[in-house]
Formats: sequence, structure tokens, C-alpha cells
Amino acid sequence: MFWKRDLTLQARETLDAYIGLLPFLLGFVIFTAGPLIYSFYLSFTRYDILSAPRWSGFENYARMASGDETLWQSLRVTVIYTMVAVPVQVIVGYAMALLLNLKVKGLSFWRTAFYMPAVVPAMAVAYVFSWMLQSDVGLLNQSLRAIGLPGPKWFGDPNWVLAAFILMSAWAVGGTLLLYLSALQGVPTELYDASKVDGANAWRRFLNVTLPMTSPVIFFVFLTGMIGTFQVFTVAFVTTNGGPGEASLFYLLYLYRTGWEYLQMGYAAAMAWLLFVILLVITLLSLRISRTTVFYEGAQE
Amino acid sequence: MSDSGSAQAGGALAQPPPEMGGAWIRRQELGQRLLGRAFLYLALAVLTIVLVAPLVWMVSASFKPEGFVFEYPPRLIAEQIQWWNYVDAWNQFPFWRSLRNTMTIVIGVEAGRLLSASLTAYVFARLRFPGRNALFLLVLSTMMIPYHVVLIPQYLLFRNLGWLDSFRPLIVPHFFGGGAFFIFLLRQFFMTIPRDYDDAARIDGAGTFAILWRIILPMSKPALATVAIFTFMAEWNDFLAPLIYLNSQEKYTLAIAIRQWQQVAVWGAGAYVPPTWNAIMAMATVLTIPPVVLFFFTQRYFIQGVVISGIKG
Repeated sequence: MFWKRDLTLQARETLDAYIGLLPFLLGFVIFTAGPLIYSFYLSFTRYDILSAPRWSGFENYARMASGDETLWQSLRVTVIYTMVAVPVQVIVGYAMALLLNLKVKGLSFWRTAFYMPAVVPAMAVAYVFSWMLQSDVGLLNQSLRAIGLPGPKWFGDPNWVLAAFILMSAWAVGGTLLLYLSALQGVPTELYDASKVDGANAWRRFLNVTLPMTSPVIFFVFLTGMIGTFQVFTVAFVTTNGGPGEASLFYLLYLYRTGWEYLQMGYAAAMAWLLFVILLVITLLSLRISRTTVFYEGAQE
Repeated sequence: MSDSGSAQAGGALAQPPPEMGGAWIRRQELGQRLLGRAFLYLALAVLTIVLVAPLVWMVSASFKPEGFVFEYPPRLIAEQIQWWNYVDAWNQFPFWRSLRNTMTIVIGVEAGRLLSASLTAYVFARLRFPGRNALFLLVLSTMMIPYHVVLIPQYLLFRNLGWLDSFRPLIVPHFFGGGAFFIFLLRQFFMTIPRDYDDAARIDGAGTFAILWRIILPMSKPALATVAIFTFMAEWNDFLAPLIYLNSQEKYTLAIAIRQWQQVAVWGAGAYVPPTWNAIMAMATVLTIPPVVLFFFTQRYFIQGVVISGIKG
């Protein structure tokens, strides 16, 4: 390749770089940017897949704002679930990591046990819990009855069904453990020593050293947790499919129904964009809040 | 940083506490500390039991005769161990075919992601070119875009290509970049490999991509293993995408096929015969074993994944 030899070293490196990036760039255009723009366009149309999309202006968004009770129900379900499940993930996971950070013996055993539920497939989790939480004969309710407590109907009761989902997500809380542990182990011991010299007790050391030094990871778990809970699908689809009534109709479940069961792709695209905007706003808001509450080592300029 | 690391490594030997006056005070302190330790291990044990119990019961129920699945007080091992729950279950739907479908997708995605993410990561880790920082920012920003926003247009795209009801929509996109998180993870790892190796190979006449293939990739086995394991977990568990793209039973993945079997009926029986709970638990166990076993044996790669990506600031 004589022409390649004629290039300067820098030009050749640039050429190689863009050759190497070609798959990514193509993929970005075809599978991300293009679809993102196209779904924005679709959100202003009526489209049943069978015939071509028809422009309908703001109809879909107007329907969201006023007419669609089910949409608001699915948002309500998702938000309530998020507001309980995420703090549980953040706080319980952190507490577990703190326990394991107390120089316990057999760390890898405990770590494995705590983390394991997080690698169990969502389908299996759904089946195991819908069996254990059977209202009359399930293991949990029989145990509750044995100690004289009336067990709720869990998946069968609109007031309790979200509690059952929260229980399932709390069970897999160990998924945050590795992140937390690596953060806790990264706290420089000098800081603890200095704090001890200043006469701080264990609680003050936790508040003044551990918490600020690990706040970036707490923030990360919080943010990714939120993004995750807004996209619950498999467990809900398998256990209740939104029921009883619409009591566990998670947002993505409703989106799936709208698009693939009712064949309203235009409206489903609008729903997808609404969720995208919600997640974007949450992310930007939390980034803004994190600027004043999260401590980044070496970031004070 | 480095001396704090070594202090950490030696941290198991706690520093002797400062002198505290009389022996009585010291003994009291020792007693408190022992009590604290006892509580700590008690808490850990209780947590472990609570977390592991559902899995133990799942496996236990999968071996029970039908009438004993809900017996109370529950027994870990029923009088009769009924291992044919498994055989019964996988005779009721095309188990092996579904497993083969899942594995086909897993292998396809692994190939696509490992090749494509390492190529992209290598460019960002090693080459200097105009637009590098902006493009890397672009890679990272794609992490922010939730899958469901592009789901509908991607579905329509694959529909126009005539790819519905095939594995192609589930595999092909992974050959184009391999996902921002994995690009990032591999780039971080590649940057820790000294450039001297590249230079030595370059003097021997190796081109840019030959260096990736012959030097960087062989030295990055741990990072590639991490990517491969995370990918296996994600694809094995994937539900929404196969649900949308695969329509005929011959194409179903294991998760979709189990769902279909549990929900609809026993195929071929003609009548609605819902599977029993012991059979469902057997299939849940089958779904659970591969990821859990993989996790057991590859924990260090999980931990490494967290360390390499260094989510700190």
C-alpha cells in the first residue's frame, strides 16, 4: 500500500483510529442515534405497524396529559416502587457492606452468600417468590400464621402487591455489595488515624470520614438504582402481568402492551420518550444535588 | 496512595490499643469487644439464612412429590426424593432445543462484543487522533440512553430487514461497538498495559491492529473474562428482547419457553394442564444453576470488574 507509506505518522494513526472506530460509529448511527430520532418522529404519529405512520401532531402527548388514566396509574406504580425499593437498596446494601468491612473472618464466604441472590435470573426470582408468597399455603404466610399473624394476600391484593415486589428487590440487595466494599476499602487509613488522634469516637469517625469518602459510590448506587427500578419488566410480566387490576402495572409493562398488544406504536414511542425525559431530569437533578452533597477526592479546585 | 494500600493489606493485624490504665478496664473492654463480635457474627448468620433460604427452598421443592410442596412445617428433604420432576418438566416442552437457542445467542453476542468492544477500546486507549475526547464522551453518553427508547425503532428496522423471528436482531447489534460499559472497562484495562510492549512489537514491524491482536489481547485475558462473564449473565437472563423478536416456538430461548410452558399449557396435550409447582421449581432451578455456578467460580472477575471500572469520581 504505497499511499499509506506516503502519509505522515500522525495522519496514519488518525486513519487507523477511524478504521478501528468504524463499527462503533456505524452502530451508533444505526442502532442508537437513528432510532432515537425516529422514535421522536413516531411519537407524533399514529402507527399500527400494518399501515404507514400518519402524522397526528401532539395527539399522543395530549392523550397522555389528559385522557389516559392507565398511563398515570403505571407512573404511580413505578414511582411508589422506586421510592421504597431504591432507599432500601442504598441503605441496606451499605449497612451490609459496613458489617463486612469490620475485619470479619471468612469475608469471601459472607460476600458470596450476600451477593448470590443478585445473580439469580429474574424469571427464577419471580417463580420462587410467587410460590413462597401464595396467600393461603405459601411458606411465608404459613410461618406468619404459626406465630399468630395474619399474612396478607401479597400478589392477590392490590394494596400489598407492590410490597411483594419490594420484597423481591430487597432480596437481591447484595448486588450493590461489591461496589460498596471496594469503596470502603479505598478509604485511606491515615484519615481514620487522624480522626482518632482528634478524639473522635466510632460514630463520629463514620460520619466525618467513612460517609463522605464513600459518598460517590452511594450516589452511583442511588442513581443506577433509580434508572433500574423505572425499567422493571420481567418479574412483573411473569408474576402478576400488571394485576390485580392495574395495581402492579409497571411503566414498561404498559409500554409493551401499548406497542405489541394494542399495536399503537406511535403512542408507545411517545411513552418511551416521556420515560427518557423523566430519567434525564432525575439524572440531571441528582447530579446537581450531588455537587453539594457528594465529596470527590481531589476535586476541590 | 501506595503506602495506604500496604497498610490496608497488613490491616488484619490490628494495631495494639493505646494503654488504658488498670487491668480491670482492659478486661471490661475485652468483654465488650467479644460481645460486639458475637452480635456481628449473629447478624451475618441471620442475614445469610434469610438470603439463601429462598434458593434452598426452590431446590428442595423441585425434588418433592406434588402434594408436599406446601406442607407445613416445611421439610428440607421430603420422604421421597422425586428427581423425575425434572424429566417430567423437560418432556413437556422442547427443553433442549430452547437451551440450544439460548446458547446460540450467548455465543453470538460474546463473539460480537469481545471483538468489537476490544477494538473500540483499543483505539481510545492507544491511538492519538483529532476528535478523540469528543468521541469518547459520545461513547459514555450512550450509557445514558435507556434501551426501551430505541426498542420500537429497532424493532421496526429489523422488521423491514425481514429479521423478525430470527436470532439476528439479538446478536448483530453487538458487533457494532459492543456497549459503552464494556468499551469503558476494556479501555481502562488496556491503559494499564505498558506501551513498551507496543513499541517493541512496532519495531518488529507489527501494524496498529496486529499489536491489538498479538500483544494487547493476550495480555488482557482477565478483563476479557470479566466482559465474557457479565455478557453471559445478561444474555442468559434476557427476557424482553427475545419476547419481542422471537415468535415461533422453534426459536424460543429457555426463559421464554419456560414462561410459555408455565403459562399456556402442556404442549400437545390439547387441554389446559398447568404445570405443578414442583415442576416449575425444577425449571427455576435449571435457570438458576448456570449463573450461580459461574458466579461461584469466577467471583474474582466480578470484583475485578468493579475495580477496573473504578467507579469513584
